[in-house]
Amino acid sequence: MKKRNKPVIPGFGLSMGITISILSLVVLIPLASLVIYTAKLSFKDFIETITRARVLASFYTSFVAAFAAAVINGIMGTILAWVLVKYEFPGKRLMDGMIELPFALPTAVAGIALTSLTSDTGLVGSFFAGFGIKIAYTRIGITVAMIFVGIPFVVRSVQPVLEKMDNSCSEAAGVLGAKKSTIFWKVIFPELKPAIFAGTGLAFGRCLGEYGSIVFIAGNKPYYTEITPLIIMSELQEFDYSSATAIALVMLAVSFFILFLNNVIQQRNARILKGGNA
Amino acid sequence: MDNNVTTSEKITKWLLIGISVLFLAVMLLLPLLTVITEALRSGWKVYAAAVTDEYTIKALLLTVKATLFAVIFNTIFGIFAAWALTKFQFRGKKLLTTLIDLPVTISPVIAGLIFLLVFGRQSPVYFFLLKFGIKVVFSVPGIIIATVFVTFPFISRELIPVLEAEGTDEEEAAALMGAGGWTIFWKITFPHIKWALLYGIVLCTARAMGEFGAVSVLSGHLRGKTNTLPLHVEILFNEFQYVPAFAVSSLLVIMAIIILVIRSVIEYKGKKEA
Repeated sequence: MKKRNKPVIPGFGLSMGITISILSLVVLIPLASLVIYTAKLSFKDFIETITRARVLASFYTSFVAAFAAAVINGIMGTILAWVLVKYEFPGKRLMDGMIELPFALPTAVAGIALTSLTSDTGLVGSFFAGFGIKIAYTRIGITVAMIFVGIPFVVRSVQPVLEKMDNSCSEAAGVLGAKKSTIFWKVIFPELKPAIFAGTGLAFGRCLGEYGSIVFIAGNKPYYTEITPLIIMSELQEFDYSSATAIALVMLAVSFFILFLNNVIQQRNARILKGGNA
Repeated sequence: MDNNVTTSEKITKWLLIGISVLFLAVMLLLPLLTVITEALRSGWKVYAAAVTDEYTIKALLLTVKATLFAVIFNTIFGIFAAWALTKFQFRGKKLLTTLIDLPVTISPVIAGLIFLLVFGRQSPVYFFLLKFGIKVVFSVPGIIIATVFVTFPFISRELIPVLEAEGTDEEEAAALMGAGGWTIFWKITFPHIKWALLYGIVLCTARAMGEFGAVSVLSGHLRGKTNTLPLHVEILFNEFQYVPAFAVSSLLVIMAIIILVIRSVIEYKGKKEA
């Protein structure tokens, strides 16, 4: 596609130099400081910190809530993307614009709004309280906040793939007499799968690290609704930087792992997108 | 798609639309309405008082300042990075892209933590900065740096796919005919990336004005000094001043809605031109 010769276009040195220097100053050096600081911790202290009962409980809470939210977002996100691409109905453009709301609305605002909505006196909270279900200040509340934060990731990941998908295969299947549900599961879904997983993975990663919208709705009871970012925050407020760093490292390792998985999926995804385009 | 739409298909269609509408209404619309109704609960007078409160205005100004800085800084970076990454072939391109994207995958709290480690009391940099009387942690520079970090890839991310799709032929032709770098950029590349750039700026603005976790770590929460709007909301809410908290939130809601509208317009115009 592209030539390996010397580039004709000017500005390689300048643009590369600026890119690398800014990247180093803003991202690489600060991240390196985390590694350097960790090197000062002894391995024993590190293990001791991250296996404290309260820390382990927070890993569990964060993980379970993010996982539940990811599953719900995976399903709802796919339905939303499907509806937005395949159907025509009044208010569609408004709906499409609304998907981005969780990106645009500050997380703290979302947090206090969801809290007042789902507390026992709130509109949604009082409804569920009738069934004996509490949302705010429980793990369900954390999950609700995570669904809010994560939903655009799945929709925006699935939507372009659906838009560019080649219809000839599903039409062929239809001509050959396949049922609509069979077409969906056998023809369309396999092509959508990478995009759904990529979007869900992104949402999951974002939810694990999410702080602003959750601190309000969680109630932050130790061993129950304390998420990992909150533990880091409280360690920082007590100026216990070593503990905060140790816990942060575990979280970083997890998010890099998710990022890596996502890249693998996205590469397959890109092939589908390009194939549909050409 | 088909002419003979069966009833079962129609049912599926409206069922799926119904589920979507219900989901969006409960998850997205209701929280928005809650902010507005709670903010106006005690009437316009209380609302106006909360919004024009001295600390609210100061927090608003700080939020605008940090957002402006982040947008300008990341725009400059984004354009150079996109140029370097799409117009040339070199080894390690993938790694570079991943590194640029890194900040958005990191929890905001951890983003705050790393700058605390760089500029805080235990860092060698701290004494150096102290000599020049510069305070980063628990002051405005820290807030600005945190905001730049969390929005770091927002512009380059929008530019790279557009430039990649466009290829390098036009620029190569211009360069062969003797055009300089700046001329090529302004006359050839810029018209292509105009809408993508604007789109990136809008997204960057949205994220920058709402950033909470990272800024919270570095702010020190000094009212009127290092309090951004989202942090101000938190303080009010934790003090059980619900009406003022929601009133201040409503300012952010209005900003968010404006951003969404601009976003849709840009997307529409960009598609029309393409």
